[in-house]
Amino acid sequence: MRLGSILLIALEAVKLNRTRSILTVLGITIGIASVVLTVGLGLGAQQQVKDQIGALGSNFLIISPGSSSSGGIRGGFGTATTLTRADAEALASADVAPSISGVAPVTSTTQSLAAGSTTWTSQVMAVTPSWQEVRSRTLSVGSFITDDDVLNRAKVVVLGSSTADELFGGRGGIGQSVTINGSSYTVVGILASSGSSSETSSDDDMVLMPWTTAATTLGTSASTVSTVYVTAASADLLSASYQEATAALNTRHGIVSGDDADFSISTQESIVEAATSTDRTMTILLAGVAAISLLVGGIGVMNIMLVSVTERIREIGLRKALGAKPDTIRTQFLMEAATLGLLGGFLGLGIAVIGAAVLPDLIDQPVQLVWWAVAGSLAVAVGVGLVAGVYPAGRAAKLAPIDALRHE
Amino acid sequence: MNVLELTDVTKTYASGELEVHALQGVSLTVRRGEYIAIMGPSGSGKSTLMNILGCLDVLTSGSYRLAGRDVADLDEDDLAEIRNKEIGFVFQQFNLLPALPAWRNVELPLLYAGVPKAERRARAHEALARVGLEDRVDHRPSELSGGQQQRVAVARALCGDPAMILADEPTGNLDSHSTEDVLNLLDELHAGGRTIVLITHEAEVAERAERVIHVRDGLIAETDRVAA
Repeated sequence: MRLGSILLIALEAVKLNRTRSILTVLGITIGIASVVLTVGLGLGAQQQVKDQIGALGSNFLIISPGSSSSGGIRGGFGTATTLTRADAEALASADVAPSISGVAPVTSTTQSLAAGSTTWTSQVMAVTPSWQEVRSRTLSVGSFITDDDVLNRAKVVVLGSSTADELFGGRGGIGQSVTINGSSYTVVGILASSGSSSETSSDDDMVLMPWTTAATTLGTSASTVSTVYVTAASADLLSASYQEATAALNTRHGIVSGDDADFSISTQESIVEAATSTDRTMTILLAGVAAISLLVGGIGVMNIMLVSVTERIREIGLRKALGAKPDTIRTQFLMEAATLGLLGGFLGLGIAVIGAAVLPDLIDQPVQLVWWAVAGSLAVAVGVGLVAGVYPAGRAAKLAPIDALRHE
Repeated sequence: MNVLELTDVTKTYASGELEVHALQGVSLTVRRGEYIAIMGPSGSGKSTLMNILGCLDVLTSGSYRLAGRDVADLDEDDLAEIRNKEIGFVFQQFNLLPALPAWRNVELPLLYAGVPKAERRARAHEALARVGLEDRVDHRPSELSGGQQQRVAVARALCGDPAMILADEPTGNLDSHSTEDVLNLLDELHAGGRTIVLITHEAEVAERAERVIHVRDGLIAETDRVAA
């Protein structure tokens, strides 16, 4: 008997057993959509964190001073004043650290800002012109702090985009003045947003000022710094940079053993790693939940198939009495189960694709569709349907026709 | 020529701990074109006999030759082909597929024989016309009376043009008028040269046959020759 005719019988049976077909398809649809979407949400979150951290610039090191110790009480990292501008200049030298391409020493202080009657509180960072390149930031308008500004102690500032919004609303700000600690500064540039969507990020809320100006008017130290950002010439020179920086600072600070180090170096890489490993855990968790829902859905599909085949054993007996061969019966049920499985599979995928397009707007989370979640869930759902539909039908096809016909 | 040849056939069912000896050594021959009735009270083994004759069930011992071939030598696929091509079944319970309209039920044997769709449709309609249901071809079984359903089943049995019709209590669920209709149809088929094996417990139904075989306790008790 031709496969085409059996396929027609199978399709007709799908249509005629409407309730059963809808329930089976529904089970598979929900199982697949939930797996694809939960895995997609997990991966989307992971990618989002990577992007956010990547936006900070991923091939740089952050050097902080070690802890201070006064009267036996030790402060936390960064409280000591052991890191100096001279250290930063040494790292910038190609003789000392050839793998390092950029160095940006920063000293920060929290200050009240005023523009006209508007006030705001923000971090004021005393920086060098190299800061822009080291932190890989761009300006939306104006220009960055120049070497001349540093030399002349110019009273100029560059604002973060949020800071500019808070002070001037949407009305620009270039050429306007900001009052900090009683002195007036001219705004020469506004940073483009860092692209990080994190609510707590302060990347867009800051005031940048030539470090010489800050030392004069805000009283920040002209010799010590609170952080030194260092960029490697390329991403694969990051660990070489790390070692060069460590060796250079150890020598300069007269440190023999690593335990005595009065500074610490961290990499963006380690932050990225920690954040993505958290997300990976989340993804595994979500995938686990999705797999369980797929399993439950699969068992539902299995039950419906088992019950419906049992109900149809008399039909199988009649078809055999009229001349259907066992293979023909098996093929018919195989095609029925495959049709239901594929129908449910594609509906589930459709819902997942729509969900992936709509969900990000509703819950502000990106969804990443991945082929292995799609293929895996499809294989499980269709596989369960096939086994549960074909196995009992195959057994019924082996019965003597009269036993199947008499089946209650 | 003998179309059916049973030699010392037994059939034993295992029913829990008990063994039920449904047939205890039946020998029977049926000539081609013969119309026989198998009679007996319920539990006599007549339905078991019919199931074995129709290759719906397998025998425990003895031999069964159908159209000269020993059934024991045939595999599942051969048996399916014999049921499809050589035998037309009419059951007491009609056994129609409820979801399909009348003509789709009738065409099923042709479907399994691999007949193309246009021809299946034509032959199914023709068979339905023959049983007087040409205006009911698109009705579902639930929309038909019992007598009409059994006529659909007769149409299904004759549609594949088999040499033999096996009817198991075909009138068991029918009123006297419908009984008459169905028996007349079987008479016509017999007149057309087909072998008919009819199972019944009603004497007036059995009267239509040329030969009546009485089965009791799994054995053939006596044979009446009704007509020459």
